[in-house]
Amino acid sequence: MTVHNLYIFDRNGSCLYYNEWNRKKQAGISKEEEFKLMYGMLFSIRSFVSKMSPLDMKEGFLSFQTSRYRLHYYETPSGLRFVMNTDLSVSNARETLQHIYSNLYVEYIVKNPVCDSTHSLDSELFSSRLDAFIRALPYYSPRAA
Amino acid sequence: MVIFSVYVVNKAGGLIYQYDNYVPRAEAEKTFSYPLDLVLKHHDEKVVVSFGQRDGIRVGHAVLSINGVDVIGKNTADGKDTLEYLKDAANYPVSIRFGRARLSSNEKLMLASMFHSLFAIGSQLSPEVGSSGIEMLETDVFKLHCFQTLTGIKFIVLADPRQSGIDALLRKIYEIYSDFALKNPFYSLEMPIRCELFDQNLKSSLEIAEKAGNFGAGS
Repeated sequence: MTVHNLYIFDRNGSCLYYNEWNRKKQAGISKEEEFKLMYGMLFSIRSFVSKMSPLDMKEGFLSFQTSRYRLHYYETPSGLRFVMNTDLSVSNARETLQHIYSNLYVEYIVKNPVCDSTHSLDSELFSSRLDAFIRALPYYSPRAA
Repeated sequence: MVIFSVYVVNKAGGLIYQYDNYVPRAEAEKTFSYPLDLVLKHHDEKVVVSFGQRDGIRVGHAVLSINGVDVIGKNTADGKDTLEYLKDAANYPVSIRFGRARLSSNEKLMLASMFHSLFAIGSQLSPEVGSSGIEMLETDVFKLHCFQTLTGIKFIVLADPRQSGIDALLRKIYEIYSDFALKNPFYSLEMPIRCELFDQNLKSSLEIAEKAGNFGAGS
């Protein structure tokens, strides 16, 4: 039961924040390229899902799962994208991501007149609160199962 | 509890089989008077709603027919450009039917190849060692399940999110593929599947899966 990593992208595709807790395998490419690849993959998945969908969708793409991990996705109406990779035991992290947005991002970044939300988020308070929040999640354990 | 469609993709990413089991047609037909309060635009060889969502007509819906006559691509059946026709006040009042545009076979081919790549990227970006590609993709209206065989063939099923037993169904489709496509001496590997017995058996196993809601292994 664990959270592997978290990405926050803005609507232009730049990665505003990234942190990892339990990642065992790096992607084999530089971090910049990995962010671009992740954003590109999500962009393509959203476009794929909107074309493939047999019915009109309200929320769109929610998550995907492979044999080892699950990726959860949450997009705010302003185009901010929250992406969290967890292990397979976490079925729905949408509320977690919504909480991160409304209680952490909005409180510590948006309401901070010094923080520029278009560039990389370097608020220490945000990082530490986010880290504490993730570690306090019921499905987080420092040693992956 | 429904299974929408099945796609089979070969190891190069090309679509070799596609079957639509259930295609929900959510359409809205309304009569409009001049001027039209929806904003329409050309998109991908179709005329789609870009603004003005109301009454069952959503953004992204395509113009399906005007006054009962089907619209083909950007033009009406008599060859007139749809947007020009709708700009002319003399043609009103007009009855237009909107709905989700059906995917053309070209679009299905492109989407299958797109998924083939996304499957691989899902495996590359994995934070854990030894991950497969995307096996299940979830949205609020459908769930996409994918099973990749050892030879690289992918069986993709789009179903209702509450439908269970899809894993067993995917294995069953693999079994049907090996029985009725691979053992068919006239079928060439990686080519489009045109085997009647494959179609028939696939349809019946989809029916069983839908009825049971839970496809039992070993049928």
